[in-house]
Order: sequence, then C-alpha cells, then structure tokens
Amino acid sequence: MTGKGGVGKTTVAVALGLRAAAAGKRTIVCEVASQENASRLFDHTEVGFHEVEMEENLWSISIDPDESMREYVLLQLKVRAMRDMLFRSRIFNYLAAATPGLKELVTIGKIWELAQLDRKVKKGRKYDLVIVDAPATGHGIGFLQTPRTFAAIARVGPIHSQAQRLDRFIKDQEHTGTAIVALPEEMPVNESAALERDLREDVGVAVDRVYMNGLYPERFSKAEAERLAEIAGREDGAVRAATRAALSEHSRARSQRAQLARLRRRVEAPVKSLPFLFEPELGVEAARRLSKRLG
Amino acid sequence: MPAIDDILEGKGICICAGSGGVGKTTTAAAIAAGMAARGLKVCVLTIDPAKRLADSLGLKELGNEAKRVDPKLFEAQDVEMEGELWAMMLDAKATFDELVARQAPDEESRDRVLENRIYQQISNALAGSQEYMAMEKLFELHTEGRYDLLVLDTPPTRNALDFLDAPRRLTQFIEGRSLRVFMRPTGLAARVAGRGASVALAVFKRIVGFDLIADLAEFFNAFSGMIDGFQARAKRVNSLLADRRTCFLVVCGPQGEPIDEAVYFHRKLVEARLPFGGVIVNKVHYPAERLRGNGADLLSALAEELGDEDLATRVAGNFADYQALAERDARNIERLAAELRTKAVIRVPYLDEDVHDLAGLAEINRYLFATSEERIELAAGRA
Repeated sequence: MTGKGGVGKTTVAVALGLRAAAAGKRTIVCEVASQENASRLFDHTEVGFHEVEMEENLWSISIDPDESMREYVLLQLKVRAMRDMLFRSRIFNYLAAATPGLKELVTIGKIWELAQLDRKVKKGRKYDLVIVDAPATGHGIGFLQTPRTFAAIARVGPIHSQAQRLDRFIKDQEHTGTAIVALPEEMPVNESAALERDLREDVGVAVDRVYMNGLYPERFSKAEAERLAEIAGREDGAVRAATRAALSEHSRARSQRAQLARLRRRVEAPVKSLPFLFEPELGVEAARRLSKRLG
Repeated sequence: MPAIDDILEGKGICICAGSGGVGKTTTAAAIAAGMAARGLKVCVLTIDPAKRLADSLGLKELGNEAKRVDPKLFEAQDVEMEGELWAMMLDAKATFDELVARQAPDEESRDRVLENRIYQQISNALAGSQEYMAMEKLFELHTEGRYDLLVLDTPPTRNALDFLDAPRRLTQFIEGRSLRVFMRPTGLAARVAGRGASVALAVFKRIVGFDLIADLAEFFNAFSGMIDGFQARAKRVNSLLADRRTCFLVVCGPQGEPIDEAVYFHRKLVEARLPFGGVIVNKVHYPAERLRGNGADLLSALAEELGDEDLATRVAGNFADYQALAERDARNIERLAAELRTKAVIRVPYLDEDVHDLAGLAEINRYLFATSEERIELAAGRA
C-alpha cells in the first residue's frame, strides 16, 4: 500500500488486513521505519520488531531497520556470539550506517522473509498474506527501487543475489500486488497518477488498484441544495448553521465526484472508492466498517 | 492570537515544518504570497517534486533557479502585490553537486567525487540529504541577500528528527574519520589496527560484496580534501537556523495523529534551541454556534421551514456529523495550545473548495493574516 502522506494509508491497510483475517487468511500488517500507526489504531501498545496478534488471524509488526539488520546478519553468520561481536565493532556499525540504501534493503528483506512459507527465523509463523504500509509517495519509490539499485552497486557477494531476488519479489505479479491510496482532491489525484507512472517506469511494477479514500456521501440533490440556499439566506441560528453545513457538504461532495472522475481517467488501474468516516478518531471499528466496503 | 505577519515581523527566514499531507506546501506558498503582497521581496523554496507549488503559483515548472511569479496573476485575483514573489524548486542533487564543486580544491578531485557511485547514491537517495540540501540552499540564498524573506517548505519527513539532524548526520558521514583509515587501498592500517576491526571489515565485505567496499574507500579518498570545508559550512548553516531572525512554523491538521506529531515536533525544536514562531492548523471544522435546545428542536424547525421531513432529517444528520468533527477539532487544538504553551495557534478552516491555485491561496490568507477581530467575524460568517 502506497500513496501520499495523510491519505489514510494505514487505515486502508488495516481494513484490508481485517477483511483477509475475517475470510480465514493468516495476515500480518507490516509498518516500516519504526512506525506504529497500525498498533495505535488497535489501541495496542507498541509492537516493535515482534509479530504480535491483534485479533484472530491478524498480526502486526513494526519493522525497525536496525533489528532487521541484526536478524539478517545472524541468518548469514549462523552464530549468535559472532553476530554480537560484529555489532559491537564500531567499524561494522559505521559501515552499515554509511552504506546507502542498506536500511531499506534489509527492511524489504524482512518483508520477504515474512512472506516465505519456509520461514528463515526459528519457529516463524506462516502467513497467507503480508500487507505493507509502505512509505509515502516520494520515499516510496526510492524504497521499492532499493533492491535494483543495490544489485547494481554490489556486483558480487551474497547481497548481490539477494538484492536481485528481492527485486523479483517486488515485481512478481502473481504473488505481489501494489495499491495506491488517494484522496478526492486536485493534488492527491495528480500525485496518484504520477505515482502509478513512476512505479511502472522506475520500479517496473504495475499498480493493481487505486483506492479513492474519504469520499463524502451525496446526501442532497441539486434541487434540494437550491432550496437550502434560499433558507440559509434568510433564517438565523441553528437552522441557518445546519443549512449552511448542508450546502458545504453538497459542494464538497460534488467537487469530490469530479475528482473521482478525473482519477478514473488518469490512472490505468481500477479505482475503488471508500466512504469518508464521520468519526472523531479512527479506531479499529472504523477500519472494520471500511473493510466491508473493500470488496 | 497573533496573525502570521505579526509572527514574521523582522524575520528573514520562515521554515514550515510538519508531517506529510497537512498542507505544508500550500501554507508556505500562501505565507510567501501574503508577505510579498505586503511589500516584501519574498522567495519560497520547495523540495516537493510533485509540482504542487508550481501549479498553485501558476508557474509551468520550477527549477533550481528562482522564478518570479507574474504580478498580473495577482491582479486578476484582486490582490494588490506591493512586493515581489519568487519561487524555486530545490534540486537536491544539483545543489549537492554545486556544493562539491565549491568545496573541491581542484577540478580533478571534484570530478572524482561527482563520478563516484557512492556519492551518486548519497546525493540522490540517502535519507537526510534532501533535507540537508534544503538547508544548504537556504543558507546560500540568505548569504546572497537578494530577498527580504525566504520561506522554506520542508520535505515531508516521517520523522521530525531526520530533518533537524540532517546537517549533522551528513557531515558525520562524509567525515568518516575512523573509517577512512581502514579504507586505504593497501589495507595496511586494518592490519595494524588489530584483529577485531579486520574481522569486522572482512565480514562486512562478505555480506555486502567487494565492490561496495572499494567504492566506499574511493569515496572517502575523493572527499578527503573537502571535509573541513563541509564541516565549517554545516556549522554556519546550523547557526543560521538558530538565529533570532529565523522562524519555525509547525503546520498540522486537526486530527489526533497530526496534532501528536506537531507536539512532538515542537518539543524537538525546543530541545534543539531553534526559534519556534507558531503553529498553523489546516482544514479545521469550525464549530457552529452552540445549539439552543436539543436536536429535536432543530429537526422540527427544519421540517417546518423546509416542509419536507426526509430532507430535514438529512440536513440535521449532516449537521450532527459536522458538529462532531468540529468538537473534535476544538478539543485537539485546545490540547495543542496547552502542550505548546502558546497563543500562536492559527486556524485555517476546511474550505468548501480544495486549494490549488492563487485564488485558493488568497482565501487561505484571509485567515493566516487576519487580526483577532477579523478572525472572529470570519468564524461567525462561516458558522
């Protein structure tokens, strides 16, 4: 799941997770760069670099690149004491920090590992579906490009072949899907179209679906809006406030429909619209309601 | 509650910071346009490659050179433009290249750096390098002194720390003092330095592949003559950020999460002793005047007025939904003001039309630049 910041990516990612879990799929929602938005949505304490069960069939993990790196190196070296010695070395830590893209690479590596039926970590749970709440637009492209870039820099050694494998994993149309979350406003629509194009051209990924999130309901017809406009002009107090709010809603809902049409024209992937949720704070129940609209 | 021009009185630099999706680019553009309209020569810088700023200013595209926004465009919006508005989009890579060219002792070392693959990676993609280059460009423009006010739209970092730490982290990286010793092509130093370090290096080589190590060694060698220059410059950039003529504005939205991030960001600014000016909350649902009586009263009044029970129910339902959001926003903003211990919280309402052009910027500026009295009137008119 990718898209511009603030479009509700996490909510949609969790909604997808809830839907899959309800259908009996063992699902995990992954956050990257130590974000904890999903666990917060569940009102859960921070999960960190652990696979924590949120509800039946649904787990959550926050992928910390440093932890991924430790895990990765252990898988390479096989000996815990040797790994620990290595991580105590300043030189090693410095090199790891200085290598561009290494953090992103091991993060994607962890996502790949979670998706394996033959898990690399001991007693790893098998998942049917791994949902990734990827970084926002600009960083998202760079993130997904990392394996390819890395394979080009490190031309030999295990990282070279692993980076190539991760690149194939991202582009594997049969097993990996990509979705963009958008909002019904001018700039988010433009950016979603640009993002779809960049994913295709720079990463080699075809977007499977675009979610238009936060669509207002069309509560009033045009004729009704005209009548409300008359009243809004002459009444006062609560009646005036309520009719004005209705007119605002009408005008937003209309401009949103225009943006939805623009999005449909400008992207190649099918567009699925999701309703705006009139709730003060979005929690897991809101995500659950959204999950029923995802079909 | 101060207006934005009160907050920016006597300031030479205004930095808009906040998480993604809160309208930071639009806010930066609106502030720049508003200050220019009041007679200043203003330049707004963005590093957002999404063309948002260019679009909203009626410019076809922005490049690494500042362009002046046509004053006629403001006339068309009935905005009197007493000063000048300039805009540019920061090209992080080009800025980094320029910086290297400036710091390099000779052409040969410049080219060695520019052609190094590690450098190309860093200048394009290393987390923090965009942020650092934004600061760098800001510093350069400030030093040139061609503008009265510079407004910077910062990149949408997920972590506020990235942005504040960028100059330090990058110089540390380039400096790489301890590392460079081990990177000498002979590997002699590594042998001398003892077994632990050479094992670490050997394992790292095994993991990432040999080429990367060679490239890194080459990178540090190429950069070796420029480190002092980079450090000195980073120091000056940092002191510019902390200058009393610099002002950080935190931009956020009214939902719980953006408010939390604004609080966090403010704390980081205070910890880093950077000058905080105020916070702008975008897309606020203004509360309507307090309802007299209960919902049933409103419903019957609406039904009577409209002569349509069904429509009245929908209007009342919509109003209740809207009020719930307005109450949430008011609660969150109150919390924000309390946490930040500031009166400088400027609210911009959720407008009926989404903002993406000069007309929209002018509409936003009615709120950003409103005096307290004007703001009360605006809120009442909207209720």
